[in-house]
Amino acid sequence: MYFLRRIAFTLPLLLIISALAFAMVHAAPGGPFDRERVPASPEIERNLKAKYHLDEPLWRQYLRYLGDLAHGDFGPSLKYRNHTVNDVIAQALPVSLLLGSLALGFALGIGLPAGYLGAARQGQWQDFTSGFFSLLAVCVPGFVIAPLLVTLFALKWRLLPVALWESPFHAILPTVALGLFYAGKVARLLREGMLNTMQSEFITAARAKGLGENAILLKHAFRLAILPVVSYSGPMLADLLTGSFVIENFFQIPGLGVYFINSSINLDYPMTVGLALLYAGLLIALNLAVDFAYQLLDPRVKYE
Amino acid sequence: MNETARSTHSHNNGLPGVARSAPATDAPATTPDSLQSPGRRAWRRFKKNRPALTSAGILIVLLLSVALWPVILQLAARLGPAGAAFAHIHNPDQLSDAQFAPPGPGHWCGTDGHGRDVFSRILYGAQISLLVGGVGASVSLVIGVLWGAIAGLAGGRLDSVLMRIVDILYSLPSIIFVIVLLTTTGQMLKAASWVQESPGLAKELRLMLLFIGLGAVSWLTMARIVRGQVLSLRTRGFVDAARVLGAGPWHILTRHIIPNVFSVVIVYLTLTVPGIILYESFLSYLGLGVQPPMASWGSLIAEGVDQINPIRIYWWLIAFPGGVLVITLLALNFLGDGLRDAWNVKGSA
Repeated sequence: MYFLRRIAFTLPLLLIISALAFAMVHAAPGGPFDRERVPASPEIERNLKAKYHLDEPLWRQYLRYLGDLAHGDFGPSLKYRNHTVNDVIAQALPVSLLLGSLALGFALGIGLPAGYLGAARQGQWQDFTSGFFSLLAVCVPGFVIAPLLVTLFALKWRLLPVALWESPFHAILPTVALGLFYAGKVARLLREGMLNTMQSEFITAARAKGLGENAILLKHAFRLAILPVVSYSGPMLADLLTGSFVIENFFQIPGLGVYFINSSINLDYPMTVGLALLYAGLLIALNLAVDFAYQLLDPRVKYE
Repeated sequence: MNETARSTHSHNNGLPGVARSAPATDAPATTPDSLQSPGRRAWRRFKKNRPALTSAGILIVLLLSVALWPVILQLAARLGPAGAAFAHIHNPDQLSDAQFAPPGPGHWCGTDGHGRDVFSRILYGAQISLLVGGVGASVSLVIGVLWGAIAGLAGGRLDSVLMRIVDILYSLPSIIFVIVLLTTTGQMLKAASWVQESPGLAKELRLMLLFIGLGAVSWLTMARIVRGQVLSLRTRGFVDAARVLGAGPWHILTRHIIPNVFSVVIVYLTLTVPGIILYESFLSYLGLGVQPPMASWGSLIAEGVDQINPIRIYWWLIAFPGGVLVITLLALNFLGDGLRDAWNVKGSA
């Protein structure tokens, strides 16, 4: 019931977001055709504006936009004249999603073991090492680690390609650069969660029963301590999708980020609004999925 | 309980106040934890935390050098020709022929593609980065504390509406809105006629927008934490005791709730500052934050990244600004963790 209500709530929310984004991009003075290389004659500009209905009052443009949207049409791009926003999404979304999921896999693959090790060997050198590196990872932004990785692995040792998005080898450096921050975050969350859980009474009970320390950690503590990581994965997915702007920019990966930044600078109205809506819709859906998974994992939680 | 005793009896200057303050001021170092005032206990724990103390020291040194470097340059310029030359070389906006000079005795961190001194540019850029971090975090503090405290104190319907709004905002891509906001207002500023007359004011306005924009998207966690604290404090024994003794809601809020939320808020604030500094450098890296010739750490790193090529590596253009950024973020995080442990605050990560 709760989830049905939330799904029903999504539509008005997306409407509000689209209206807000629409109003914000149109509030900027100037127009998308102001920066054409050849200064267009007034007639050409008027015709262009008429073609894209930019001469109509704003509310009619918005209603027209909504009408197109209802048919699954995000409208034309005003900058890349022979592409529609749908084309761009179809081309770039898979790339961004792939990069995001790879980085997510990397973050969990590195972060979970590191956090687990820190908690299992609390106060020992393994704990300090993993703790220091996860803190360091949280403090090194992607645009610092990316040039470092490229300088070492691509320019100096020539092991991996510098940029672009072609073979699986091209994916390695962007994945690491994007995922490292979140690996550190996940490790810290899991370690703290495990240490908190280890103080609970049921752990003492398990110890009193004579259960081995590994079994306690893995079967009892880990299953509770993973919950903060699960609830963090909602915002994490959001950040992985939008945080890839920098990484896509640096590695010249043809993902959505590049289009979004360019469109918002170039006042490519339909593109900006469409991509903002797409991001919002994706994130709302992902957060719903995360909350749903949380409920399955933790039977104590009941959403009302 | 101490809190209650002091505040409710303060008007008659009775025994509890005196009895409490006398042993606290000259308590020997061996006083057990339970007999020390909370602030003193926190300070004693904090002093034992080496990484946190070191971080506090690093941050103080950084702040001092950021504040004093321009003064030093000004003074040096008046101290004869040698000083003037020093000030000239280290002027962060001074173009020179020494392009891409590696770090050396003249330029401690080398020079960039325009022959500008990287060391000075880092320290001047720090002004922007630290300012954005501090002001942005304060904006998020004000919104978050008000929002959370109102929700926690009001309870009921208002509480659920306010927190539902936070939930919704959590699930939205805030960076998208910051980007659209910055580009839109940037265009507005460019088109406005008064900008031509006073470009300095426009620059400051842009910076203000950056502060507000970043603060406005960073208050959500603060609101949640404050609300949780307020909710649990409301039902605590000392609050009931105060109420029984006839304290009004305003008195309870200002004397009991807010002082107790304070430590949590400070801890979380320390952990918000690095987040906002990161956010700003992210935006400036994309060219959406501060505009040249103004610099921040993010835009300095971006300039360095532009110079990466397979033939020559100008490592100092990235290593120094990046290193300072990373060290600052590390120090802030260690400090925040240290404060949290000292105050024994839970669950603010």
